[in-house]
Amino acid sequence: MTIDTFLREQETQELLRFSTAGSVDDGKSTLIGRLLHDSQSLCEDHLAALEARKPNDRDQLDWALLTDGLKAEREQGITIDVAYRFFATPRRKFIIADTPGHEQYTRNMATGASTADLSIVLIDARHGVRTQSKRHAFIAALLQTPHLVVAVNKMDLVDFDRAVYERIRADFDRFTDQLGIARPKYVPISALRGDNVVQKSEATPWYEGGSLLEILESVPVTGSRNLEDLRFPVQYVSRPHADFRGYSGQIVSGVLRKGDELEVQPSRRRSRVTSIVTYDGELEEAFAPMSVTVTLADELDISRGAVLFHPSHAPQAERHLEAMVVWMDETPLRPNGAYLLKHTSQTTRVVVDDLIYKVDVNRVETTTGENLQLNEIGRLRLTTFKPLFFDAYQSNRATGSFILIDEQTNLTVAAGMIAEPEATTRESREASAADGERHVSETDRARRLGQRPLTLWLTGPVAAGQPALARRIERALFDRGALPLVLQSTTERPVSSGRLAADATLLNSAGLIAICATDLRQATDANLTRDRIGRHRLIEIVLEAPIEWCAKRDREGQYQRAAEDADFPLPGVNGPLEPPAHPDLRLPMNELTEQQALDRILAFLDGRGLIPKALSADSREATP
Amino acid sequence: MVEALAPVLEPAQTPAFRLFRNTPRRRPTPDRYRLSHLRQLEAESIHIIREVASEFERPVMLYSVGKDSSVLVRLAQKAFYPGKVPFPLLHVDTSYKFHEMYEFRDKFTRENDLDLIVHSNREALADNANPFDLGTAACCGQLKTRALLDGLAAGNYDAAFGGARRDEEKSRAKERIFSFRDQFGQWDPKNQRPELWNLFNGRIKKGESIRVFPLSNWTELDIWQYIYLERIPIVPLYFAREREVIDTGGTLIPTERFPFPERLAGRAKRIKCRFRSLGCSPCTGAIPSEATNVAEIIAEMLEVRTSERANRVIDHDSDDAMERKKREGYF
Repeated sequence: MTIDTFLREQETQELLRFSTAGSVDDGKSTLIGRLLHDSQSLCEDHLAALEARKPNDRDQLDWALLTDGLKAEREQGITIDVAYRFFATPRRKFIIADTPGHEQYTRNMATGASTADLSIVLIDARHGVRTQSKRHAFIAALLQTPHLVVAVNKMDLVDFDRAVYERIRADFDRFTDQLGIARPKYVPISALRGDNVVQKSEATPWYEGGSLLEILESVPVTGSRNLEDLRFPVQYVSRPHADFRGYSGQIVSGVLRKGDELEVQPSRRRSRVTSIVTYDGELEEAFAPMSVTVTLADELDISRGAVLFHPSHAPQAERHLEAMVVWMDETPLRPNGAYLLKHTSQTTRVVVDDLIYKVDVNRVETTTGENLQLNEIGRLRLTTFKPLFFDAYQSNRATGSFILIDEQTNLTVAAGMIAEPEATTRESREASAADGERHVSETDRARRLGQRPLTLWLTGPVAAGQPALARRIERALFDRGALPLVLQSTTERPVSSGRLAADATLLNSAGLIAICATDLRQATDANLTRDRIGRHRLIEIVLEAPIEWCAKRDREGQYQRAAEDADFPLPGVNGPLEPPAHPDLRLPMNELTEQQALDRILAFLDGRGLIPKALSADSREATP
Repeated sequence: MVEALAPVLEPAQTPAFRLFRNTPRRRPTPDRYRLSHLRQLEAESIHIIREVASEFERPVMLYSVGKDSSVLVRLAQKAFYPGKVPFPLLHVDTSYKFHEMYEFRDKFTRENDLDLIVHSNREALADNANPFDLGTAACCGQLKTRALLDGLAAGNYDAAFGGARRDEEKSRAKERIFSFRDQFGQWDPKNQRPELWNLFNGRIKKGESIRVFPLSNWTELDIWQYIYLERIPIVPLYFAREREVIDTGGTLIPTERFPFPERLAGRAKRIKCRFRSLGCSPCTGAIPSEATNVAEIIAEMLEVRTSERANRVIDHDSDDAMERKKREGYF
């Protein structure tokens, strides 16, 4: 091969970044050493150093010596920080973020996954799916790494037994299904012997897929790039002389063309692109992830932190947001604390309003808690001092991510991924749309209907009086001039709470008030209902009463049936009674009349100003 | 209307845990929106350089005259074009560099309209500091590390760009792109700030500083390919020609600046060789080579696989030599 052909080939060579995670003994360092060695990316002097330190009792090279960079790690025998390694094949160039698998270093795994196109999770075939492996997959999913590959390692130690591999695969599939992410690719390997790492192994004739390297060479790299929504955060304003004013930055998503009309946040002004300037000449078109300088037809007030975009594809502009956060500092999250938030090229102060829930990574469940400790993950509600111009992390990694910095220590304490609460999204999209093409906004609807959209979520033991109370609320609100609608799950027509939440969301989008009458028959994660409806719109009301009291009022005979049939599920009889832990309102139904219960609800809504003033009882009386 | 009704018409879903929704499916990328790996690395490096210029009061670019420095300067020019590079270059001069490096440095900075600051540890040089009497570790400590820290302090610089790459050496593999240094210029490998996405935390207190490595993710081969593609000028020492050297068992040390001609004792030979990386003349080994231009160097690299720091005498002092030097403030 001549050097010219080589260089021509290199011109089309793509870049794939991947992260590797595994527990201490899963053989991660061995795998990386093997990839580097077999793809001939190891230098001879590195190899020589390895040979010199070859342990006497084994023939194999100790690959970990190659990859464990820091002295402290060599002493402890574990890798403790993200290390970046490089190798290339004729098809692709690879950057490996080699992240430690040790339990306390979740933050490093998140760091490695944040830039990765693909994550490899290593599982020791002898031990099967362990908590650590699940945690790795969970973090890769949280950081939205586009591809997940599970390498079932040490197959040589289980005699390349297909059943072992298939069992691990089924176990892990069940787990990813539970997470709701796409199923991973699997490959049975022996990193030590090299089976299925670079070359396909003869020891696994039953395995039909490609070697690990073949997978790395073939997954689509650009598939996860967002080329639809232009986001150009301004990093630097270039004014070399009076006649030139350019805005420099990296296009983080989308395509930018000369002549395009762009809008700017925060000023909301518009102008046309007059040139796309680079050292190598002007461009007609530039796209993510290029770094360019843009000039505009009009003199607008644009400084670092501003973002340019196409008016039809505006980012959200909000001071209130919810985000999943990985805590990365020894000092725990201070509830209601203030931090600095860095997002694209903008830094602003931020206050933590609320820790909505924590995520128990091991059990894949939400829990409640007061703060976040090092390596814990939780969902926060935040208020920034300046509006942020963002997209949800799942639609745009670059404009959906941020870091939190402690102002006292200057340390990076957390990494955040902005969530998309459906309710607020639509609202702000509309608000930032151009006047000429303005959609009907939530504000418009509220003005027309004279009410704010709201979901009242009534739950409790079966037959605690939910439907009757719901009808009374509906009537009371209707009489005040509001437009409410009861959504109900009955024994004849059972509706899941997910479905109820979806319907309530739709009613709310139309500007209506939804009153959901449901009960505790369905185990449901209240946090998910909240996320779906949007916490600012959801009022949770728990009807409380002793089971005997409910049983007496049960006209449908549910309690009767449960008493006779132990398999008939009924909370409080054949199963636990698990009401939401922190409802907005609790009503002891056995101590109240229906009217009293209703009055308490109305008083609560009035007190919070959730029923528009003009419609509340007092102001109606004041109106002639 | 149809879209609005979708949540109602879809069968109800209540999976155990729905933290994640599948990432939106994207249309396949047309070929014209693909960026080669070099252009991608270039865009990322430019982003890093601009972040520093925006967030720091007094940045400086460490300039070693080597090929990585040449690439770094080109990236800085690209970052600020049509403007001038808005920070000076600092050359920490041990006085033991090759003649050709000094010539190249002065011509290159003049032609590219770059502000050059040269700093040396004059006291140590007045005491005739040299690697033969002090040993390489102590000599580097005085003429490089000390001089660098003093040079940074003298200019009151709060951010310093370096050309280091993660593929160079084991302890570099874990180096951050924004690498925090305390008020003594020291690096604490166990207490580095996490670095996610392309969000860099450049917050520092008075006296503290950040070392920035925009070439972190480049490999030696990337550097050479970029030099080839961009026609970036480099010191001719990288190209093979006959040079007078001493063969010290695999490493060819040039005699050019060797201060004690009497110690050579007839061991000098003329060998066609070139340098893979440039340091001080007495401590930088050459390799036998026939490569006289960049394309030939790349061709040679593809055949010979020896990592480039192997011919630097200083790295082999002890197994963790580089980590120790870095902790103390060396680049």
